[in-house]
Amino acid sequence: MGHSATYHAGNYDVIVVGAGHAGCEAALAPARMGLKTLMLTMSLDSVALMPCNPAIGGTGKGHLVREIDALGGEMGKNTDKSFIQSRMLNTSKGPAVHSLRAQADKKDYSSEMKSVLENEKNVTLKQGEVVDIIIENGKAIAVVTRTGARFNGEAIIVCTGTYLKGKIYIGEVNYFGGPNGLEPSMYLTEHLEEQGFEFRRFKTGTPARIHEDSVNYSKMEIQPGDDEIVPFSFLNDRLEKKQVPCYLTYTTLETHKIIMDNLDRSPLYAGQMESTGPRYCPSIEDKVVRFSDKNKHQIFIEPEGLGTKEMYVQGMSTSLPAEIQLKMYRTMIGLENVEIMREAYAIEYDCIDPTRLKRSLEYKDVENLFFAGQVNGSSGYEEAAAQGIVAGINAVLKIKGENSLILDRSQAYIGVLIDDLVTKGTNEPYRMMTSRAEYRLTLRQDNADLRLTEIGYKVGLASEERYQKMLSKKAAIESELTRLSDIKITPTEKANNILHRLGSSPMKKPVTLYDLIKRPELSYDDIAEIDNNRPELNKEVRIQVNTQIKYEGYIKKQMKQIDQFKKLEGKKLSKDIDYSKIKGLRLEARQKLNKLKPESVGQASRISGVSPSDINVLLVYLEQQRRIADRSENID
Amino acid sequence: MEIDTITAIATAPGEAGIGIVRISGKKAIEIVDKIFKGKKIKKLSEIEQRKLTYGYIIDPKTETKVDEVLVVYMKEPYTYTTEDIVEINCHGGIIPVRRILEIVLENGARMAEPGEFTKRAFLNGRIDLAQAEAVMDLISAKTDTSFDVSLNQLEGSLSREVKELRQRLLGMLAHIEASIDFPEHDEEYATYNQLKESGTEIFSNINRLLDTVYTGKILREGLKTVILGKPNVGKSSLLNKILRENRAIVTDVPGTTRDIIEEYVNINGIPLKIIDTAGIRETNDIVEKIGVDKAKELISRADLVITVFDVSENLTKDDMEIIELIKNKKAIILLNKTDLKNMIAKEDIEKYLPDVKIIYTSMITGIGVSVLEDTLKDMFFSGEVKIKDNVIVTNVRHRDQLLKAKENLSDAINAINLELPYDLVEVDLKNCWENLGEITGDTVGENIIDKIFEDFCIGK
Repeated sequence: MGHSATYHAGNYDVIVVGAGHAGCEAALAPARMGLKTLMLTMSLDSVALMPCNPAIGGTGKGHLVREIDALGGEMGKNTDKSFIQSRMLNTSKGPAVHSLRAQADKKDYSSEMKSVLENEKNVTLKQGEVVDIIIENGKAIAVVTRTGARFNGEAIIVCTGTYLKGKIYIGEVNYFGGPNGLEPSMYLTEHLEEQGFEFRRFKTGTPARIHEDSVNYSKMEIQPGDDEIVPFSFLNDRLEKKQVPCYLTYTTLETHKIIMDNLDRSPLYAGQMESTGPRYCPSIEDKVVRFSDKNKHQIFIEPEGLGTKEMYVQGMSTSLPAEIQLKMYRTMIGLENVEIMREAYAIEYDCIDPTRLKRSLEYKDVENLFFAGQVNGSSGYEEAAAQGIVAGINAVLKIKGENSLILDRSQAYIGVLIDDLVTKGTNEPYRMMTSRAEYRLTLRQDNADLRLTEIGYKVGLASEERYQKMLSKKAAIESELTRLSDIKITPTEKANNILHRLGSSPMKKPVTLYDLIKRPELSYDDIAEIDNNRPELNKEVRIQVNTQIKYEGYIKKQMKQIDQFKKLEGKKLSKDIDYSKIKGLRLEARQKLNKLKPESVGQASRISGVSPSDINVLLVYLEQQRRIADRSENID
Repeated sequence: MEIDTITAIATAPGEAGIGIVRISGKKAIEIVDKIFKGKKIKKLSEIEQRKLTYGYIIDPKTETKVDEVLVVYMKEPYTYTTEDIVEINCHGGIIPVRRILEIVLENGARMAEPGEFTKRAFLNGRIDLAQAEAVMDLISAKTDTSFDVSLNQLEGSLSREVKELRQRLLGMLAHIEASIDFPEHDEEYATYNQLKESGTEIFSNINRLLDTVYTGKILREGLKTVILGKPNVGKSSLLNKILRENRAIVTDVPGTTRDIIEEYVNINGIPLKIIDTAGIRETNDIVEKIGVDKAKELISRADLVITVFDVSENLTKDDMEIIELIKNKKAIILLNKTDLKNMIAKEDIEKYLPDVKIIYTSMITGIGVSVLEDTLKDMFFSGEVKIKDNVIVTNVRHRDQLLKAKENLSDAINAINLELPYDLVEVDLKNCWENLGEITGDTVGENIIDKIFEDFCIGK
């Protein structure tokens, strides 16, 4: 398919290919930063589509959403508008890993987001399949749609998700298709390959959707939402909403038997699919085969929305044939008479090797071309959106000739996500996990605004309202911390009795409120009784104060490590360095460094195959270059 | 400017009468003030810089004297590294140098990386730009050597034990991380009690390792010697003779292959670490037992190779292969079985190996054994053969990491006892795991996440 018959269809600053979760943030950010942005999607009915689970957030992912919000993104606000259940996970495990998760009404989520895009004056939303990207002199300059429209853009952001040559597998049946019964994008890959891009195949899968009325909930465990709802967006203070429950049920030995008996009919096990699937999202076949000693696996039944009776069956993703799917679903507790509305499927798609990207998410070999989302080998709505907002901001900064926004590993989960992808690459669809973050104690979901809003504000994305809100929260925290360390409580009988009641040892001499809170058995809220002149503070501030005091020792240690980390991050490496010419480097390091062209010594140190001694050699090399530069300046 | 203070032994180990421990960095003087008791002074600042002063190094923990020393300090910026430098001159020999290095580490210094003094000298502008390439080469060369050394030592059971401990810590970490990242799964994650139990056990193991770092069988210093020869040439008789007469200590060396053992023996004051393959006794053939590649590797790491030929037979193809293997190595050749007929002459060997020492021996009559012992002595004291492994440094490095691991684990156990949240427990536990990884050379990677997916059935 050529594109000889193209016509000029318009000029834009930024063009975003795809309107999924990455695409939405990638388009809104430039638009809000004042640039004329075109957004092209294969189907206007699938903007911000949630083709897999109906939930936003969860461990690690919830952190990402809060960070996107803190920067001025949309995902958090949109979730607050459309959620039907909200829970804070991990509340027993320490504030650093508290993670917010919401069940969203899929249809609402999608239409709310679409409406935001439609009402954003700098966004032009159009239906159209991009089949080619025009690259001239190493720069991306335009996109061409299947119907021949050529749009010129200063920067192009590719957010194609799982659509590129998408192929659906259901048992022995397979065909090219996008997610959720949509069309795949069949031409873009080839046109990019012709221009030297390399693609690889990843796979993922989704379980069946079942009819609510065919489920026997009485046999399942009900899972309600939290009584007190914590909003995703820092802009929302309180949310009240009627919530709907999820349900927990289990597979049975009969389920496992059906799976084992039909394993040869699974394209994964029969060897028809060779692509890599995610380990954290295994199909039920995988779980049954790999953990054969387990008699049951837990399965969650989650509503897809208020206006539909479709229910999502979390834990039952499979690529077994449709008839087997029905058979095995009906062996689960409470699903004896279940009706499947949409079949489960596995999907295989083209994605790029993310190590070909800079940390700004610009493609190393093609200027002004950015990639974000699942096409980079990540998985998940939140991971996609996080890349989308960074790509969107950086497209603008690139056009304006300003420095890229790079969030590093000590600043944000977004930084960890992008650094992992572009530095280490990935062999499976990459999912965020809190254990991937080295500085987890400081990267909390409750302080994302304190960490990032200023950055979002300075690049021109976060609004004045958001910025002021963060500043006043920060001021309140600081003044309360000062107050607590100034006030000493004298060991009166009354005070000690209160301590005794709280399971804490009595004071012998005067102790500051600050030090009392530091005691493991006490908290800020606990000692309110002893603290007579306590100001009225909102919950967000109280949480911050409590956490900062209780974690102080650990946080200080972590800050020291961050200082060390920052030193190496600050040593920049030019992309023009030819590492094969640096003699002290080991061969493997030379090759890896030449291939990856890291942006800093810190990034270089995270490349597998680059050793600490190579890093020392690089430091000496940099000093050598600096002195050579100095000398020639002096001569000039 | 680097922030931390580094230290290293500046003299070759075990050879000279004086050993020097060098310290460079902001805290160099402060550290030495804590551990040095001068005859006339309390603080280094009381004397002029660049003047030697006499006194004792004391261990501040026990207040005991460690060694009598001469100390000199040099103020920045006119020093090699352009930082404050202190040099402690102590008695040579392994023990005082090692002990002083340990005490310096315990009081706030960090072990220097290979080539780090020079690296700092360059980064701080002390070394001319023209030398940059040389500095880079030095860093990589020194790293290669120390890498060899640590590899060598890792044959020992220390490595096996440390790896086991790491594996258990990894298990604990996987439990914690899985329970954090997959809270909704009905997997049985570790409870505080279970964590406490495992933690305490690992803790006592680290303590035990610390006790045995020098005294145990793990890391002995010695001239690394390999005995080589085809079957039935008399290797085992030789070995038995040396070992019996000199009361050897036999150590199993698992970790790599069960077939290798180390025998420590002291001949005329020369510490020998004989790398023996169980094969010498059983199949009587190193190469057959462990394979050519492994044998080559052993030989390449040896400080000395003792090769045995049977003089009652002509040189065979196997013998020629052996000769090929030991070219360019420090070697002693024994022409054994002189009590039988003599088919090989010295000259036959010298043709191929002109510089090698050749001794006629008979393990039956005992001829030549004392010549062998004298030759060993000559070669060692003339410096012709050297203990290549800088075992002292690696030992101290290991001890340092074990101590850090212990400290971190103790913090973790403390957090577990207080039932602090898992994300806090994880911090110290992970540090402990990384400290131990420094010993085995295992770097952090996807390990924990891999372990989670290996051990738990999680995911949507």
